[in-house]
Amino acid sequence: MEYFVSVLLSGIAVGGQYALIAIGYTMVYGILRLINFAHGDVFMVAGLVGVYVSTWMPLYLALPLVLVLTVALGFIIERVAYKPLRSAPRMSVMISAIGVSYLLQNTATYVTGGQPMSYPTIPFLSDTVTIAGTPTRWAVILTPFLVLALVVLLTQLIDRTKVGMAMRAVAKDFETSQLMGIKINSVISATFIIGSALAAIGSMLYFTNYPSITPTAGAMPGLKAFVAAVFGGIGSIPGAVIGAFIIGICENLVKSTQFTVFSDAITFALLIVILVFKPTGLFGEKATDKV
Amino acid sequence: MKMKRFVALAAAAAMSVSALAGCSSSSTAASGSAAAGSSASGDKVVKIGVFEPSTGDSASGGKKETLGMQYANAETPTVEIGGETYTVELVYADNGSSTDKAPSAAAELVSQGVSLVLGSYGSGVSIAGGPVFDDAGLAAVGVTCTNPNVTAGNDYYYRICFLDPFQGTVLANFAKDKFDAKVAYCLGETGNEYDQGLIAYFTQAFEAAGGTVVTASFPTNNSDFSTYLNQAKNEGADVIFTPVSIAYATQIIQQAAALGIDAAFLGSDTLDDNMVLAAAEGTDVQLYVSTFYQEGGSPEFDEGVKAYINENAEAMTNNGGNDTIAAVTAMGYDAYYVALEALKAAGSTDPAAVKAALAGVTYDGVSGHIAFDEEGDAIRDTAYIKHSTNTGAWELETQQTVAQ
Amino acid sequence: MNKKKSVSWGALGGIVAFLALVILLENITALIPAAPRVLLPTSQLFTVLKKGAVYSLVVVSMNLLNGFTGLFSLGQAGFMLLGAYTYAILTVPVAQKDTVYYLFGGSAVPFSLQDTFGLVFGTTGVGGAVSMVLGVLVALILGGLVAAGFAYLIGLPVLRLKSDYLAIATLGFAEILRAVFQWQPLGPITNGANMLKSFPTFSDFNIENASGQTVLRLSAFVPMLIAVICIAIIVLLINSSYGRAFKAIREDEVAAEAMGINLAKHKMLSFCISSFFAGVGGGLFAMYAANAQAKVFTSTMTYELLLIVVIGGIGSVSGSIIATFLYVACSEWWLRFLDSELVFASPTDPGRLAFIVVFAAAVIAAAFLAIRAIRKKEGHTLTQELPVWIAAILLLGWLVYFVISHSLKLPLLRNGFRMVVFSVIIMIVVLFFRRGIMGDRELPDVLRGRRLSARKSTPKHAEKEALK
Repeated sequence: MEYFVSVLLSGIAVGGQYALIAIGYTMVYGILRLINFAHGDVFMVAGLVGVYVSTWMPLYLALPLVLVLTVALGFIIERVAYKPLRSAPRMSVMISAIGVSYLLQNTATYVTGGQPMSYPTIPFLSDTVTIAGTPTRWAVILTPFLVLALVVLLTQLIDRTKVGMAMRAVAKDFETSQLMGIKINSVISATFIIGSALAAIGSMLYFTNYPSITPTAGAMPGLKAFVAAVFGGIGSIPGAVIGAFIIGICENLVKSTQFTVFSDAITFALLIVILVFKPTGLFGEKATDKV
Repeated sequence: MKMKRFVALAAAAAMSVSALAGCSSSSTAASGSAAAGSSASGDKVVKIGVFEPSTGDSASGGKKETLGMQYANAETPTVEIGGETYTVELVYADNGSSTDKAPSAAAELVSQGVSLVLGSYGSGVSIAGGPVFDDAGLAAVGVTCTNPNVTAGNDYYYRICFLDPFQGTVLANFAKDKFDAKVAYCLGETGNEYDQGLIAYFTQAFEAAGGTVVTASFPTNNSDFSTYLNQAKNEGADVIFTPVSIAYATQIIQQAAALGIDAAFLGSDTLDDNMVLAAAEGTDVQLYVSTFYQEGGSPEFDEGVKAYINENAEAMTNNGGNDTIAAVTAMGYDAYYVALEALKAAGSTDPAAVKAALAGVTYDGVSGHIAFDEEGDAIRDTAYIKHSTNTGAWELETQQTVAQ
Repeated sequence: MNKKKSVSWGALGGIVAFLALVILLENITALIPAAPRVLLPTSQLFTVLKKGAVYSLVVVSMNLLNGFTGLFSLGQAGFMLLGAYTYAILTVPVAQKDTVYYLFGGSAVPFSLQDTFGLVFGTTGVGGAVSMVLGVLVALILGGLVAAGFAYLIGLPVLRLKSDYLAIATLGFAEILRAVFQWQPLGPITNGANMLKSFPTFSDFNIENASGQTVLRLSAFVPMLIAVICIAIIVLLINSSYGRAFKAIREDEVAAEAMGINLAKHKMLSFCISSFFAGVGGGLFAMYAANAQAKVFTSTMTYELLLIVVIGGIGSVSGSIIATFLYVACSEWWLRFLDSELVFASPTDPGRLAFIVVFAAAVIAAAFLAIRAIRKKEGHTLTQELPVWIAAILLLGWLVYFVISHSLKLPLLRNGFRMVVFSVIIMIVVLFFRRGIMGDRELPDVLRGRRLSARKSTPKHAEKEALK
């Protein structure tokens, strides 16, 4: 029982981390129809920035600065790498995202010299707490609540505010909303800013829990979060979050059996099964063919 | 449309021309010394290839191993070959810790005209790079690649370290002797021949001694190990065997400390690293590793290399920010001298002559006596086992010997 | 009609001449010992030729699916894995099996193709060579067939999915395959986590005389030849009625269906053929690397391939090939000098002068392209140009400082810098040549240029796609 609780706990912890990244994926996809492959790497860079910044200044200054720098990075990436390609084929934009992901990973390798960096300990978040006989960190407990709060906040933002309305309009029909006088570029920038901010927060929780950062540290969470977003139906925020938790828990259940080799494979198998029966994911909108 | 296409082509052409220009400039710089074997000042130069990872999973270990060679090179920068003094130049190629980048990195060393190759840290890249050295008629000296397949069935790869069957057995015996372990939990990276090979030998030896083994493997780039560690706890493991690369090892140790795992951790030579040591610092984790060298084995070497690390900022960074000596550094140091011995014995910088001479080379290094058997493996029967004091240092636990 | 024929004869002649050139290049140092160093058999040039040949086949196969049929699939690495393993499992010599499968006490596949053919043709001399070549060819084709068969099974459920959903599903299948091949209980067949090795590689095709000296090098020619044959088959297919059906599906599925094209059948056909050649390419990749290990065939590899497809131009075979060679040469060869410190001997060192010229040219060219792109847009303002000007002036200013100060050491050069520069180059290509270096045209079209563009306007599918 104690063991099962611990597995579930890890599952929820991991799922929560994936959820924070998956929201960024799904929001960008909803608006631009772009799989932002660089998102996982933005997450990694946020971690690295945290490492370097915290050596120069106290944590209470460093963490907000990490947030600001990550948001700036997300904003710049969008302006430099995606905006000029707005009228290009979709494939080109995606390739640009892959290119940015390459650039971030390679730059991180260059800067760190390929050595794993260790994340600073954040007071409280990295303290240990025992739940049902299983020791765990506060970051683990906190993540799911934070995710839920964020989901509520974001859905409010999207449903109630003007920016949110613009986002919905752009997601529905790019051209028409442009004709209606919506400033597409600011809406897209807002989306990237929100996504990057979430990635920065996610990186603080994630690397507090798993404190060693390598240049590829963002690749796996990024891919998993992407799978979670597809799983829940790309474009749907609650879908992405639910997908992330399901994937996190399933993965850890497999890790607790003797088929540990397949812990990644099972994620994908699950995804394929879902897609075969529900081709646009759990909560995805059904796409209609336009002739 | 037309114009744009033209510009595109022109730019592509310009790109390739400029890149070619860049390459030719570098290769002329390189060939000036390699082709004639002499540089402007008239000194003869012999090139030794350093085939080590400086990016990827094994970067940290590869850099420490390279550090040993660089220190040895700084200590002895020349060698007498056939009555003439040659300056030794180390030529580096990053194999990226990955078996698909290794062949082209190996080809890079070959194209630079090296006389022989040292490395690599990590067995997979050594096996992948080997055929390229073979095609070029070069010999390679493996420094800490412990997988049997590096040297098995070929005449071009030699190595100065012990092998996995030996290391696995040593650790299994140690688990039995020291902890009277009944159940061992083995955790390795999926699809990594180093991890899985060691686990297989450990399992063989441990089960032969009447123990039970539970194995698990984690996917590449995994960072959440809590489920594995809880599983080990749940299975009642007395020891946890984790022959994984450094980045994973630090994660595992840190998470084990947070989870309060009591079982002792056994690690292979890769865990003998000051980053792992730093992860264990200030925790209650029991960490034991088998390795090639223990600080204090050669005080003269220890002092020299520490001074070298402290003087050189880059060396300090490569060593992970402090001057704890990794065993791989000692091995890299020995490997350099083995290479010099081979060059002396060959009496020439010709790769074929060096390769022929290498089999007969013997050398007394800081990590012990080095001689090769007919497979090209070092004849070694001793491994050091040391444990982390959790105050940032290693302490020698025991020396284990197994009749091979 | 006559004209078309002359074109294909011309193309054939060009290819034969190219292949002959490769053989000549490989053997030139044996004929003329004073040939430049870059032509020595140990030169990186030949690594690039071999890897480029292998990759171009896989890239073209991916282009067939993604560029010509418009199916967005990310499973290529998985199919390469199948091909590589099939090839390796079937060709590890019987005598080597115990060494290679050392953890599993030998292989569950007790034969190897070239040994089996050896029973018929002999194992030494010419007979041995014949059985080796036959064994390799049969294993490569079987590798392709296994990949194609698997693609068929995957395609049944997955090909119904649309765009990004198809991409992630195929990516998922590739990841699952990798896990299966790494599973230790299957070790007697797949060798588990250990790599398969000791099988015939490209250098086994070098012809040696009785005393073991190489008399004729064919190790770069062989992959070239195989790649050329496979790519030629793909080109023929693209120009056939099937190819036209593929393109119709790419342009508009609904319209294609209305024209009587069987969507499911043609999609499946394209998927299987693409996977077949990816499988063959995987086998070739194993030969190039002299080992086969599941760890290598990750999604990163697929992204890399996709990157090359797009850089070359979606829907252009010759673009794919050119992009592959440029990509491989840049990453493996031309930029390698960036990875280690470079200190020039004197301020007038030719390398230093070359660097100054190349650097200045690159900065000016990049700035020119960026500014031109900005100015082309409607309603551009000077503030949009400003960052480019500042960056260019700063870089050139640094160059002037570098020249004046007589400094000999290039800054920033250390391990990892090569990949940073490389990814910056990729970003520049992606941003400024958004339709790739060739668009969707082929080399002959570009060479003949004007006449053709006047006759036929470029397809509009790309623009339409963007509007969707």
